[in-house]
Amino acid sequence: MNSIYLDHSATTPVDSEVLAKMMPYFSEIFGNASSNHSQGQKSTEAVEEARNYVAELINASPAEIYFTSGGTEADNMAVRGVFLKLCDEKNHIITSAIEHHAVLHTYGDLEKHFGAQVTYIPVDKNGRVNPDDVANAITDKTALVSVMMANNEVGTIQPIEEIGRICHEKGVYFHTDAVQAVGKIPVDVKTQGVDLLSISAHKLYGPKGTGAIYIKRGTKFQPITTGGSHERGIRPGTYNTSGIVGLGWAAKLAKDRLSWHMEHTGKLRDELQRRITELIPEVLINGDQDHRLPQILNVSIKYCEGESMLLFLDMDGNIQASSGSACTSKSLAASHVLLAMCLSHEIINGSIRFSFGKDNTQEHVDKVIEILPDIVKRLRAMSAIGPDKR
Amino acid sequence: MYSEKVIEHFRNPRNVGTITDADGVGEVGNPVCGDMMTFFIKVKDGIITDVKFKTFGCGAAIAVSSIISEMVMGLTVDDALQMSSKAVVEALGGLPPNKVHCSTLGQVALARAINDYKKRNGLPHEVIPEPEDVEEG
Repeated sequence: MNSIYLDHSATTPVDSEVLAKMMPYFSEIFGNASSNHSQGQKSTEAVEEARNYVAELINASPAEIYFTSGGTEADNMAVRGVFLKLCDEKNHIITSAIEHHAVLHTYGDLEKHFGAQVTYIPVDKNGRVNPDDVANAITDKTALVSVMMANNEVGTIQPIEEIGRICHEKGVYFHTDAVQAVGKIPVDVKTQGVDLLSISAHKLYGPKGTGAIYIKRGTKFQPITTGGSHERGIRPGTYNTSGIVGLGWAAKLAKDRLSWHMEHTGKLRDELQRRITELIPEVLINGDQDHRLPQILNVSIKYCEGESMLLFLDMDGNIQASSGSACTSKSLAASHVLLAMCLSHEIINGSIRFSFGKDNTQEHVDKVIEILPDIVKRLRAMSAIGPDKR
Repeated sequence: MYSEKVIEHFRNPRNVGTITDADGVGEVGNPVCGDMMTFFIKVKDGIITDVKFKTFGCGAAIAVSSIISEMVMGLTVDDALQMSSKAVVEALGGLPPNKVHCSTLGQVALARAINDYKKRNGLPHEVIPEPEDVEEG
């Protein structure tokens, strides 16, 4: 049984073209991109070409793109880099309650050890931030607003242009974690009014361990890594040439096929949603269905628990998906995103996230529909909650 | 992640169901923590003659419920009360560290069923507190 991978928001397979592009940069063109000789120069060219592709994908200038080890590092750089530069006068940060842990845990650290005051803007039941709440929270001590472009669990897309406009008017820097959005929906740092933006290669069919941060020219910023003059001192460290080449080509492909990818994944997602709601009673769709990434479907199935549904999908159908259920997290904590949306614990613990990618097909949707209703029937028949519990 | 035994009990759980005229019923957990188990027992002459369970929970929770129902069938209520969560984990061939608490849940649910039976029959019984792992908050 071939694998039916429906967890693309967790990670994606490296595109075969991307891998082919990367291969020469391990053992043939392996020079340190900082070296002056011809080996090094070839690496430099490859890094700069990749930088151009990444910049084009988000309508930035190449000089505003800095390579990192991934999205988490980019988030850390954005938040710490701005805060530490400004914190003598401005120590207030505004963010949302549904940010990725890479951002949330960074705030926790800044609050605890660096005197940051952080305002967490709540979200509505669809996971959307109200820009007015952001505007009202801004004070003359606000150094940064950071709101993710699109949420990884439910796919809700935030009102980035409005938030960007508000931040610009009030003279506050605006960072967005765009890790889930880049390559999946149009991203334009100029029209969206963004000052800093995080990118992760492995979310767009590139290699793990590579990412990038966009920092608008003129942004006050303090590097958080020291050790050399690479990337104009913004992010020192020997270039991960092969990874960067991978990210660059992945970005180029993402730009070329953006419309196609949106349509392809959106169609499959909508079809799966339609058939699940047709065939399985008592299900809820989580997230903002008007402002949602085309590739994500987050559904809660009442009276069933997420991990047990995922286990059956994997064992019986070789289908891989994920869940916000407490049982699926190593810390046994329910998804903070779904909690922030004020969903009940029962609903959270019965959630499944299906996230589509370029290689998914109608047959994959058919297979899920073939086995999921029976899985639900089985689990509901043995469930300690629900209408048949006694 | 799970042993073969756990997968087997998850796929083919023994004794799923309810007993409408049960002699004792015990419940533990709640949908908040993501695991909830209910055990129903029939007791004759102090021996457990039938066990059924209903569980809302992960693979480990279902497997634990299933194996407990097997382990206590035919035991005296007092012997069944002696069954430890450690014994449950061993019988399942081990559980991942963050799932071991499911074995405690199962053991508490069963103990509550037995104590419910004792209470209904005027026998000395105890009230078993909710295991710490699953407290709300």
